[in-house]
Amino acid sequence: MIEIRFFAALRERVGSDSLTVSPPDSVDTVAKLVAWLEEEPALAEALAATPRRMVAVNEELASEETTIAGGDVVALFPPVTGG
Amino acid sequence: MKAHIAVTDTPLDPVGPVNWLKDAGISGAQVHFTGQVRDEQGRVEALHLEHYPGMTESVLGTIVEQAGRKWHLNGAWVVHRVGTMTAGDDIVQVAVSATHRQAAFEACAFIMDLLKTRAPFWKKELIDGRWIWVEARESDAAAAAFWLREASGREPS
Repeated sequence: MIEIRFFAALRERVGSDSLTVSPPDSVDTVAKLVAWLEEEPALAEALAATPRRMVAVNEELASEETTIAGGDVVALFPPVTGG
Repeated sequence: MKAHIAVTDTPLDPVGPVNWLKDAGISGAQVHFTGQVRDEQGRVEALHLEHYPGMTESVLGTIVEQAGRKWHLNGAWVVHRVGTMTAGDDIVQVAVSATHRQAAFEACAFIMDLLKTRAPFWKKELIDGRWIWVEARESDAAAAAFWLREASGREPS
């Protein structure tokens, strides 16, 4: 199982701050996970409305190429705007 | 180097970092940055900040460690406010102490520039009764890239 977390505008578009999913084993990178999530039309719409995104895996900044495995927490969010 | 990193939903104490960084003559310089809420000619009625608890503190800790490796610092203070604020409120304090001013000036700018592009905070503004998410600026990405390019010793691409 993988926990997905959403923040800010993406959280509002998804309508939820987290999801727990069990993708097939072939989903082993962030990019593949996003593509797999996009099979769900409502999620595809929310992600398409947030084309510029950052990603964190287990609370560390990551990229679309970062590998993922069961038990990971993957966070997707718009570019940060603190400070 | 001592470090103080915190995220709070209460107003920031303007003298907090001054007192915390005092070290009885070890440091010759303290540099302080305070970021504040702009009203944008009265358009912004309020500002709301959310963050990713846990990751925020860890990213800020990493940025401060990086600054401590790059410059000889005696202390670093980073406190960021979250929740709802109004014009003039302090959003963030970054303060550092060092033996000489140049390290303190540069490290303060470095911490702030990396915070802007890496720490998981998001702002939205209340304008005409509607909350609107603030978009990230390219100039902030360029400011962070300057330090990272310098750190890696590579030429600009």
